[in-house]
Amino acid sequence: MAFSRLKTMRKTTRSNIVTFGIVILFYLVVQLLSAGGLLSNSFEGQLIPICAYVVMAVSLNLTVGFLGELSLGHAGFMSVGAFAGVLVWTVAGKSLPVFAALPLAFLAGGVAAGLFGVIVGVPVLRLSGDYLAIVTLAFGEIIKNIINACYLGYDSTGLHFSLQDQSSMGLDPDGTVLINGAMGITRIQRVSNFTIGILLVLATVAVVLNLIRSRTGRAITAIRDNEIAAQSAGINLTRYKLTAFVVSAVFAGLAGVLYGLNFSSLTASRFDYNTSIQILVFVVLGGMGSVRGSIIAAALLTVLPEMLRGLNDYRMLIYAIVLIAMMIFNQSPQIAAWRKRLVEKVRTGLGKSKKTKEVA
Amino acid sequence: MQFLSYLISGISLGSVYALIALGYTMVYGIAKMLNFAHGDVIMIGSYLIFFTFGSFGWNPVLAILLSMAVCTVLGVVIEAVAYRPLREAPSLAVLITAIGVSYLLQQVAQLMWTSNAKSFPSVVAGLAPIQLFGGQLTISVETVVTILACLVIMAALTLFVNHTTPGHAMLAVSEDRGAAQLMGVNVNATISLTFAIGSALAAVAGALLCSTYPTLSPTTGAMPGIKAFVAAVFGGIGSIPGAFVGGILLGIIENLSKAYISTQLSDAIVFLVLIVVLVVKPTGLLGKKVNVKV
Amino acid sequence: MKKLICATLAAAMALSLAACGSSDSTAAAGSTADSTTATAEGASTPIKLGGIGPTTGNNAQYGVAVQQGEELAVQEINEAAGYTVFELQFEDDESDAETALNAYNNLKDWGMQILLGTVTSTPSLTVGAEAANDNLFMLTPSASAEDVALTGDNIFQMCFTDPNQGKAAADYISEHQLGSQIGIIYDSSDAYSSGIYEAFVAEAEANGLTVVAQPSFTADNKSDLSTQVAQCQDAGADLVFLPIYYQEASQVLIAANRTGYAPTFFGCDGMDGILGVEGFDTSLADGLMMLCPFSAYGEDETTVTFVNNYKAAFNDEVPNQFAADAYDCVYAIYQCVQDGVITPDMTASEMCDALKGAFTTMTFSGTTGEGQTWDENGMISKEPKVYTIQDGAYVLAEGETA
Repeated sequence: MAFSRLKTMRKTTRSNIVTFGIVILFYLVVQLLSAGGLLSNSFEGQLIPICAYVVMAVSLNLTVGFLGELSLGHAGFMSVGAFAGVLVWTVAGKSLPVFAALPLAFLAGGVAAGLFGVIVGVPVLRLSGDYLAIVTLAFGEIIKNIINACYLGYDSTGLHFSLQDQSSMGLDPDGTVLINGAMGITRIQRVSNFTIGILLVLATVAVVLNLIRSRTGRAITAIRDNEIAAQSAGINLTRYKLTAFVVSAVFAGLAGVLYGLNFSSLTASRFDYNTSIQILVFVVLGGMGSVRGSIIAAALLTVLPEMLRGLNDYRMLIYAIVLIAMMIFNQSPQIAAWRKRLVEKVRTGLGKSKKTKEVA
Repeated sequence: MQFLSYLISGISLGSVYALIALGYTMVYGIAKMLNFAHGDVIMIGSYLIFFTFGSFGWNPVLAILLSMAVCTVLGVVIEAVAYRPLREAPSLAVLITAIGVSYLLQQVAQLMWTSNAKSFPSVVAGLAPIQLFGGQLTISVETVVTILACLVIMAALTLFVNHTTPGHAMLAVSEDRGAAQLMGVNVNATISLTFAIGSALAAVAGALLCSTYPTLSPTTGAMPGIKAFVAAVFGGIGSIPGAFVGGILLGIIENLSKAYISTQLSDAIVFLVLIVVLVVKPTGLLGKKVNVKV
Repeated sequence: MKKLICATLAAAMALSLAACGSSDSTAAAGSTADSTTATAEGASTPIKLGGIGPTTGNNAQYGVAVQQGEELAVQEINEAAGYTVFELQFEDDESDAETALNAYNNLKDWGMQILLGTVTSTPSLTVGAEAANDNLFMLTPSASAEDVALTGDNIFQMCFTDPNQGKAAADYISEHQLGSQIGIIYDSSDAYSSGIYEAFVAEAEANGLTVVAQPSFTADNKSDLSTQVAQCQDAGADLVFLPIYYQEASQVLIAANRTGYAPTFFGCDGMDGILGVEGFDTSLADGLMMLCPFSAYGEDETTVTFVNNYKAAFNDEVPNQFAADAYDCVYAIYQCVQDGVITPDMTASEMCDALKGAFTTMTFSGTTGEGQTWDENGMISKEPKVYTIQDGAYVLAEGETA
């Protein structure tokens, strides 16, 4: 008994080490290649978005894979985080040094997204299944619509705000516009780099892995497996659901800050339901409940459309076909069974040839 | 009077949502999947009508019938190729595949018919609009036809489901797929039939959507599709009258908030109302309450 | 579960390897191109032009028009010169900043020396900042937000800025007393439309015009525009200003026709193309006025050649101002080539410095106007003209000279 427990513990620890190893190895390889000048501009430009999407996928996996609730509004939290973080950065970045302003921006993004997580989570988590999914989608769209209609600026008399248009803000001519409606935030001083991105990925993976292997995590997966049984075992549903949901939102916010600080302009329409769905694709393709799967799927699927650029007009067509084919190949029970048979056949085939060799 | 005219254009928009929502809700009720590609089947159907009716000058009824036939085949093929292999897989897998199919249809449409928007001719253009109160209030023929089509389709679907053998099979499959199979219902055939009906409805919805709001491009189906999906959930997904009520209400809320609150925030308001309704009534307006047994 | 991951990995790896192969080869091609340009060959080495714009997604029609305009110009120039002067590669950005930056990096790997893009404003801001860092010359055919040109001194615009258009439209309307009660329908989720709107409202007030209704729509709720039309009608607007693109404008015209509302409609350059919308009853556009630098019905030689060649090359499509601006972009660069400002053996950065100097001093005449000049910010000055649509063609409006 004790032995088997040790064995399983070792297995999870080993699995953790492999997960971290993949991320660190990726970082080292990229750094080496970059130092050697072997990286294409195209790939180098995608590194930070990859990190942001990996964080998004891992954090969404907490809601979808471990808590078992379908969320279609994850990009909304990313949006809140991105706007909060970038706003803090544009204001604080002018007066404070980078090493002080940057953590402040991340802190602001995480806290803002976390707050929205609570606001959204309390009503939403009372629902279940597809109804929950549609409400999260609705929240994501509400956030997008409001930021799109939002005009924010400051001048000597203080902050000005409007949901109508720029002129109704009543800003002095020498005032500064912070958010300009659909144009969003412009002229952002780009500050994200690959190292910050990888650190954020490592932090996310560490927190999520620790969380799901803690007492809280066991409660969360128990809720996923059987809500009623979990409740009758004395698990406080709201508390644990909300914990998972808010942690997931916080990391989405942090990913948003990383993403927002990587581009000179930031618009809310970037974070629509298509982005939420894109993240969900990473999670489902990587395997629900598999952190490592999310990391790999997010990285590969971010790079894929760029790799298909050579196909010109057929790029997105091929992407769609690949997506469908991958889903069927991965998830269909019949094909899974066929794959298993194939693997066994190859294995026995190899074993046989080995044996015959030995005999010979 | 102003209010009435906004209300009528709200109903007009709502009836289009309702028509699309019927297709969503049918498929969801029986196959238990969100068919995200439904909006894009509508788009394909509209293109067919645009070419047959708009460019070649066919009789509108004939054009719609042809489009229905093609969409039916398309729906059945999509189901057989993309969704059926995943019947036993987690429901999320099918959702993602449906999204893939939606991208695919949009891309195919763009490659075949370019991304240039087309102006859709109204399929009921010959008829004069209805004037009320001495011309102060105009109700367009499109609105009337859409609402009538909605009611007729709703009645026909309800009759079909409740009073025919394949309809009973559908009910059985939606109730308990495993048990239905044990009782000798051909589940695959039933689901194919559902997709066939849903896609034929998509062709009708496309004709009326584009007649009322006359712009057609490869992404035409996407946003109305999402809104109709919201409408279906609003009314209680899986419920045929629910889709109708949800669609109409959604259209009215959207239009009145555009007219009286803010055009920029009308979508935010629609979604907010949806959230409030679902929090108060978690299975939608007319949805069935499902008791989970341990 | 583990098996699934393995399978995902395997499938994805196989794919990525396959794709890697192709991207590696393009990267290699790019670097060899770099080295050939560096070793300074004769005039036979083409200058590499990069284009970025949405060729898929919601704004694809505008991106495709630009792509076709640029392709046509490059083809014409190469044929006329008898050797390959320009080589053009056009990349899709889905009108999104992230994808646009990817496209930009991809073009850099290919060896791009001059960027003719991007088509829409939001991606332009991000790509522009990057191009400013790299000191790479950027000439955008249609990204008209004022901020775009101000992002760097290497960024020039072929279209005039949104505030300029809004101002010019308001001035024209008040000068010619086209209407006193103004309604505006604009797209608040679009930078172009809201940019014109802001400037128009400010100038209209200064000119004593009354804005009685200003309903907007967003990219998500634009399928139904009848409410917005009704709001203008109820407010008693006798002129409706439409700073929006032709696709939505055609919807507005149809909705107004259905309720029998017939004010004067006045649009900006985004309106150009409305007569080319397939299936649109062009009689509805009769009397529509627009402020536009380009008319496909113009009779000067440049325009006639362009329109005929464009129709021949692309299925009889009538070019709109997107295509015309893009076409002019290539010819403006060609003018610099002919003047000897740039030669193919220059690096992108050298070209950028040379072009910056040339563009602020040169005068360019093309399909979108004669005697166009650029200021030090990179903004163009051209004479916008007001056209009225009559019987399916553009006619110069009152007080305008050809």
